[in-house]
Amino acid sequence: MPEAKLEARGLSVRHVGPIGLRVPDGRCVGLTGPSGAGKTLLLRALADLEPHTGEVLLDGRRACAFRPHEWRRRVMWVPAEAGWWAETVGEHLEGADDALLARLGFGPEVRGWQVRRLSTGERQRLALARALARRPEVLLLDEPTAGLDAAARAAVESLLAGWLAPGRAILWVSHDLDQLGRVAAAAWALEGGRLAPLTGAVAWA
Amino acid sequence: MGVIPLSPLDLALAAALVLALAAVAWAGRLGVARGLLVAAARTAVQLLLVGLVLKVVFAQAGLGWVAALAALMLLLAGREVMARQGRRFRGPWGYALGTLSMFLSAFTVTVFALTVIIGSVPWYEPRYAIPLLGMLLGNTMNGVALGLDRVTAGAMAARAAIEARLALGARAAEAVAPLRREAVRAGLIPIVNAMSAAGIVSLPGMMTGQILAGTPPMEAVRYQVLIMFLIAAGTGFGTLAAVWLASRRLFDGRERLRLERLR
Repeated sequence: MPEAKLEARGLSVRHVGPIGLRVPDGRCVGLTGPSGAGKTLLLRALADLEPHTGEVLLDGRRACAFRPHEWRRRVMWVPAEAGWWAETVGEHLEGADDALLARLGFGPEVRGWQVRRLSTGERQRLALARALARRPEVLLLDEPTAGLDAAARAAVESLLAGWLAPGRAILWVSHDLDQLGRVAAAAWALEGGRLAPLTGAVAWA
Repeated sequence: MGVIPLSPLDLALAAALVLALAAVAWAGRLGVARGLLVAAARTAVQLLLVGLVLKVVFAQAGLGWVAALAALMLLLAGREVMARQGRRFRGPWGYALGTLSMFLSAFTVTVFALTVIIGSVPWYEPRYAIPLLGMLLGNTMNGVALGLDRVTAGAMAARAAIEARLALGARAAEAVAPLRREAVRAGLIPIVNAMSAAGIVSLPGMMTGQILAGTPPMEAVRYQVLIMFLIAAGTGFGTLAAVWLASRRLFDGRERLRLERLR
């Protein structure tokens, strides 16, 4: 088992926890659970966007040792419904190169598009692009393919599989257990505020 | 040249106009007759009371009296700012933010004007200090109320956009900058408009009053320009302070957006 890239110890946020969680270096860990179980809340607490108790560590260093924005730049939450603060797509894509956009199915002209005209699926892929462009170490993905068709879903899965490398890790929230079986090395279910190892007919890669 | 005194009969004639308007509104079932009459009655009673208070304060002319009246004006303005917030901060901050900002700007500008510019003797001479502070507080209050309302309502509306920037590694100050800009603009627009329109569309009230009281027009104009500039500075600095404090209070020490601090 590799070292933990991201680790939570006794993490409690509102009705969730206390939770212990290890995301090994270079791996993707899946997280599922019923709606309202607090999966998003847990991701937000890991990104230090939600007040919580307990500890979160990156490479063994506690979150409070980082300045808040530096922590979030490393441990990056990609919400299911991302917010946009400017009118054109390009203003959000600081640091994104054309190759990255191409892998998500966009040409360079996407930078000039109006955000308010984007479809749900386009927003979702662009939210991932702008996150990757900022070079995080850990991605906290909240249903990253929920609004995508099969081809786009496959493109996102393959892009993220290629992105994983030593020094990086992913915590992937999904309702799709087949997907977690494809992308994650292990998976947990969050239910009643606790984590339980996911068992069942899922074959782990 | 003095001012022509108004008798109670003169005021009654003006009141008759308001009564006539109320009668028309009532007959037309416009639903504003009652509110109009209550507001008219409030104007008469409140201004009479203020007149009595000013009479006493002018007669005493002590710093203690002036300070007490100034403090009362500030606290009432603070209440008004709080009442105008659609969503305000919970707890003492809801009141303190606006009141503190108005205190910092309106009082500083008033004392500066009295001591350095006008040079009244003594500097707190109530005939100058009270009307000046009144005009500054009244206008600063508008700017602070507009600015604060824009920050709090805007933060609720722009929550996803602000958190998106935080999640991508932006600092809180960066994530909230557009909101700050917009709120300061909102607070400053009324005074900018008033300065642009002064003399063309509207004759400002104080100048009109001084002219009615017999002051030569150029003298009245100089005072009006002074007041406009003081109001612009007071409103501007007050709005900046309120918006800055409020947008800081939206975040905690770990730069998380804490909208539950609003109600």
